[in-house]
Amino acid sequence: MEFVELIKTPKVDGVVLHRPLCPRIEGTLCVTGHHLILSSRQKNAEELWLLHSGVDSIEKKFVGSMGYLTVKCKDFRIIRLDIPGMEECLNIASSIEVLSSLDTITLTYPFFFRPMFDVIEDGWQAFPPETEFGRLSGEDWRISYVNKEYKVCPSYPSAVVVPKSIDDTTLAKSAAFRQGGRFPVLSYFHAANGTSILRSSQPLTGPNGRRCKSDEQLLNATLRPGKRGYIIDTRAPNVAANAKARGGGVEPEVHYPQWRRIHKPIERWNALQDSLVRLVEACQDPNSSMDKWLSKLEASNWLTHVKDILTTACLAAQCIDREGASVLVHGSEGIDTTLQVTSLTQIILNPDCRTVRGFEALVEREWLQAGHPFADRCAKSAHSTSKQKFEAPVFLLFLDCVLQVYQQFPCSFEFNEQFLVLLFEHSYASQFGTFLCNNESDRKKVKLQTKTVSLWSYVNSPEMLRTYLNPLYEPNNGVVWPSVAPQSLQLWSGLFLRWETNKSAEDAAWQEVIHIRHHNKELKSKVTKLRRQLEELQREARDANLLEE
Amino acid sequence: MEHIRTPKGSINKGAQKPHAPPDFFMPVQVENVRLQDRFNTRKPAVGTLYLTATHLIFVDPNSKRETWVLHMHIDSVEKLPLTTVGSPLLIRCKTFQTVTFVIAKERECHDIFESLIMLSKPATITELYAFQYNPQATLLDHGDGWSYFSLENEFSRQGLPNNRWVHSPINKDYQICDTYPRTLFVPAGATTPILLGSSKFRSRGRLPVLSYYHKDNHATICRCSQPLSGFSARCLEDEQMLQAIMRANPNCNFMYVVDTRPKINAMVNKAAGKGYESTDFYSNIRFQFLGIENIHVMRNSLDKLIEVCDLKNPSVGDFLSGLENSSWLKHIKAIMDTSLFIAKAVLDEHASVLVHCSDGWDRTAQTCSLAGLFLDPYFRTLQGFQALIEKEWLDFGHKFTDRLGLTAVEEKEVSPVFTQFVECVWQLTQQFPCAFQFNETFLLTLHDHAYSCQFGTFLGNCQREREELSLSTKTYSLWGYMRKNMSDYVNPLYRRDHPVTKGVLFPNTAPQNFKFWRGMYNRYESGVHPRESVTDTVSAMKDHSASLEDHVRLLEKRIAGVKKLLGKDTTVLSPDQQAKGDSSPEAVDSSNAVPTEDGRSEDNVANAVSDASSESGIEDVQSPLNGDSASTEENEEKQDDKEDTLNSTHDLEEEAEGRDVPETNVKVENSPSGGAGDATDMSLNRLSLEMDSVALEWKAFRNIRQCSCETPLDAFNKKYHCWRCGDVFCTRCIDKQTAIPGHYSQRPVPVCRTCYKHLKLESSLS
Repeated sequence: MEFVELIKTPKVDGVVLHRPLCPRIEGTLCVTGHHLILSSRQKNAEELWLLHSGVDSIEKKFVGSMGYLTVKCKDFRIIRLDIPGMEECLNIASSIEVLSSLDTITLTYPFFFRPMFDVIEDGWQAFPPETEFGRLSGEDWRISYVNKEYKVCPSYPSAVVVPKSIDDTTLAKSAAFRQGGRFPVLSYFHAANGTSILRSSQPLTGPNGRRCKSDEQLLNATLRPGKRGYIIDTRAPNVAANAKARGGGVEPEVHYPQWRRIHKPIERWNALQDSLVRLVEACQDPNSSMDKWLSKLEASNWLTHVKDILTTACLAAQCIDREGASVLVHGSEGIDTTLQVTSLTQIILNPDCRTVRGFEALVEREWLQAGHPFADRCAKSAHSTSKQKFEAPVFLLFLDCVLQVYQQFPCSFEFNEQFLVLLFEHSYASQFGTFLCNNESDRKKVKLQTKTVSLWSYVNSPEMLRTYLNPLYEPNNGVVWPSVAPQSLQLWSGLFLRWETNKSAEDAAWQEVIHIRHHNKELKSKVTKLRRQLEELQREARDANLLEE
Repeated sequence: MEHIRTPKGSINKGAQKPHAPPDFFMPVQVENVRLQDRFNTRKPAVGTLYLTATHLIFVDPNSKRETWVLHMHIDSVEKLPLTTVGSPLLIRCKTFQTVTFVIAKERECHDIFESLIMLSKPATITELYAFQYNPQATLLDHGDGWSYFSLENEFSRQGLPNNRWVHSPINKDYQICDTYPRTLFVPAGATTPILLGSSKFRSRGRLPVLSYYHKDNHATICRCSQPLSGFSARCLEDEQMLQAIMRANPNCNFMYVVDTRPKINAMVNKAAGKGYESTDFYSNIRFQFLGIENIHVMRNSLDKLIEVCDLKNPSVGDFLSGLENSSWLKHIKAIMDTSLFIAKAVLDEHASVLVHCSDGWDRTAQTCSLAGLFLDPYFRTLQGFQALIEKEWLDFGHKFTDRLGLTAVEEKEVSPVFTQFVECVWQLTQQFPCAFQFNETFLLTLHDHAYSCQFGTFLGNCQREREELSLSTKTYSLWGYMRKNMSDYVNPLYRRDHPVTKGVLFPNTAPQNFKFWRGMYNRYESGVHPRESVTDTVSAMKDHSASLEDHVRLLEKRIAGVKKLLGKDTTVLSPDQQAKGDSSPEAVDSSNAVPTEDGRSEDNVANAVSDASSESGIEDVQSPLNGDSASTEENEEKQDDKEDTLNSTHDLEEEAEGRDVPETNVKVENSPSGGAGDATDMSLNRLSLEMDSVALEWKAFRNIRQCSCETPLDAFNKKYHCWRCGDVFCTRCIDKQTAIPGHYSQRPVPVCRTCYKHLKLESSLS
């Protein structure tokens, strides 16, 4: 397929662009294989470069010979293009529609993108599982390559961390007992007290109460002697019970006597997508009344989901930090709510995860390698009109939860809010390959590592990194316990109201904070320098008997 | 009891000295009382409850935690049904603190209940706390704060009088309106008969008078009460009055009349012989209803809001639907929208606006003061905000005694009108973090003290009442008190010259931009607040930088000195030269008290520039006092007053910039050389002493759970750094201020008690 066939009208003059919070501009609109470009061709005038894959939906309206295109983007931005000529408008609309949902992954932009910056450190190689888990785990764990060919579990990476005492055969048996082969693996090792978080999918107990000795053996091997563990099931008890009929289920107490099961329901799939759609719609109506806004905000349930996830993560963190008990987290498939909980728990417990690199490593470990299906979940965003089955803002909810913790501990995170917004944007549409595909196996098949550039290569370049640093950061080695009271949870205005509210006053405040911090740092080093100089001079003067005691 | 403080440290900081209780009153002490916590029900604190003449104090000996309730803050006391452990007493405060004490003996509970009922609602105004409050003379002087503001000076700052707006003596002795101030500014074209006639046609004589004059385009905001128009009455003088207001503005051939009430309310008033201006009678007016509800609706709304805040473990849904049902934010938005309408009319349409509601002292006060805040950056400073409140609220007769329910008034008169205003300002600070010189603590302190009756400032319903009560001689002023603690109230991000916020502020009033103010309504739920405070962290950083800058100046001086001894080239610029080199005369003037202003080294030029322009910012604000030709005569007459204002401006600025103590200037003047840098005795001991006396690192606030005195430091306690050792202390342990050897300026700075002893010892040894 050639892009040329899809682009019947590559260029239209006299197009007017309306963007939120920006003055309108008039110029020439160009459609390329991957971008929608509008340029006024004037010096210093801002241009529009919109990635086709960033378009969520498109609406056409015609008045006379004028066509009006409303382009709704995955980052919730809505722009309008006034295009002279009905045919041109129709052509452009259909081009965008097709090009924004290309089925062939190798035709997408990341496979064409060449970085305009020097790649100092290749992001694809930044977080190899060996060193990452080496950093995390204690002596009782090992890296297993039982999934080298992605046969034992298609959605797991080739390298997983498991108890040292368990051999690969046992792992394979356990995998057969878990949905999608997702047997329990190490997610986080809490060095402070030797406890750990494991994750898996649901056990295939089924209606007949199957059991799997290997699975039990595997789980028990993670417990410290004489200690009990907790299984946090992210489904409501009745949902978990119903799953039995379809072959799934829960770990029955008789077979897992050392484990206590707790159900902490977190919403999933359609309900989340629906929640996002409602929330974004409510946020984009600046003329609504206060009553209407509050009731829509409530009806969206978004903050309820945030609270549920945070609460569950706090529970897991409590088990680890307060009770000294290991935790297994799973829902049904173990690729959505499970990952929200395990990754957020690490944000709470592990100071490393609150640094830029640590957070990148966390996303890499707990989301990308752990097989969260980004391609399915983030194919469409809040404005999508097409009925799709797999979309859900699972990762976005995780980012929102992180933001909530960040807002309560504004000095404990090395990165700032912009960093989280960036990750949201790139998870939905990107020039980088990082968030493409559903799991490591798929990524290998299309050779992402060699054919595309990693987002981390870009973010970790010194000049970019600087813009994502929090000027208030002071490393905090403690556990950060967030409040989950509704009064403490706030709408993420930096994301959801990003195109509705002018943030220049807020940005200015951050600039001021950066300035104050910078000034303070400079003074400290200046004082140190001057003191040293004075001490040297003093010594000199004393030796020359010019200064008295 | 001397060191006992309330949470937030604000209420009785000045009241650390116990008051002599009135003769009839015997302090009561009850042991074995439980303090119930809404969130931590498992382990209630057990301790002793003290009932003093002014406070109810609970002390938990285990955690050393103290809970203070000022009697004046008590909104309601309720005896709950008896439980197995005793009788619970539920106390709700006007500051949104709710406490439940469980008292073992029913009898004792009842006694306390009776006492609190009596103590929290005095029958007459002269029984209020302010008339007994008597702080140590060193803490606060009787006269402090009463003379910071005068309406003449404020209008003079706005550029008045001029040929359009003049001062009218018509209400000099409260003849025509007893709830207005003595000083009124009216259009030059309004004759005495017009004023008198208009006054008679307005509810309670509150005729249209000037509230704010926008110098740039001559548009004004005027305020009044509703006309006594009934269904058809008209008044020629009132119509002429409006014409005069309109004509005083050369840039617009119409004016707005904003009735802040919902139309239906105004219609109802017609039946009572009141109502609104008919466009048939008043020519060239654009009439607008803007729909802010009345005081009764607001009172009910707040009650509902409090219910929401009191919910035990609410779900997000419960909370949001409760918030919606309370309509509180809807009302806040209505007030903001109305104020924005007024400000936009002035700025965008160059139109004058006349604002009224019913009596013109509630909604009118809210909207006029907010519109002023949008339009004039001066009102966003600490000094200007006081002026705004003095002008729109105190002078123009907002009925504080009644609305705050200070005495045993009718419940129907009580309404959170002022609370709403304070919240609107807070909402603004959320949207414009660099635009306000004051911080959230300032707003909360102001709100607390409006209710505390510790100071006379907010007593009385109008100026006339305040004069009759001789408040300025019998009570202390809140403004004086606040000035002593100014450093607690400064917003570290404020920049006078900031391009984004130096001019007009137009907030975004889409409903999504309003937040629930947990810092106010859930202030005492320690669990719901951010665990790390951006404001505190940044403030500490700024203070620390100030200390280091001062230290750098001394180090440079010393290096130059030692080099000279060694016969080397003194390449380091001496601080004196620097000071002369990069600062304007004003900066030199204030250099003793504000070393941060001029002690700039070459590597932070940007900063120096910004500060230089901030100086000029002050100039801008003051220039009308000096420059306006139309008002020279007036100016000459007021020379003395002006002097005062200028001085107080300066003091305020200084105190706002650095941590101030009253004796700053005195000390500096007394010290022989004006700075340690000039001291000639350089010895090794002296030098090491100097270096040791300035902390290079300040401890982070994080993980500090208690002060060295074992007082728990939680979200409620403001934490302070000792400038010498850099450790963190509670306010009681950092009550000393003294100069430290490592600072060039030798201005007093906060130090902990240990360091204070050290410094005293060192100076006595040398």
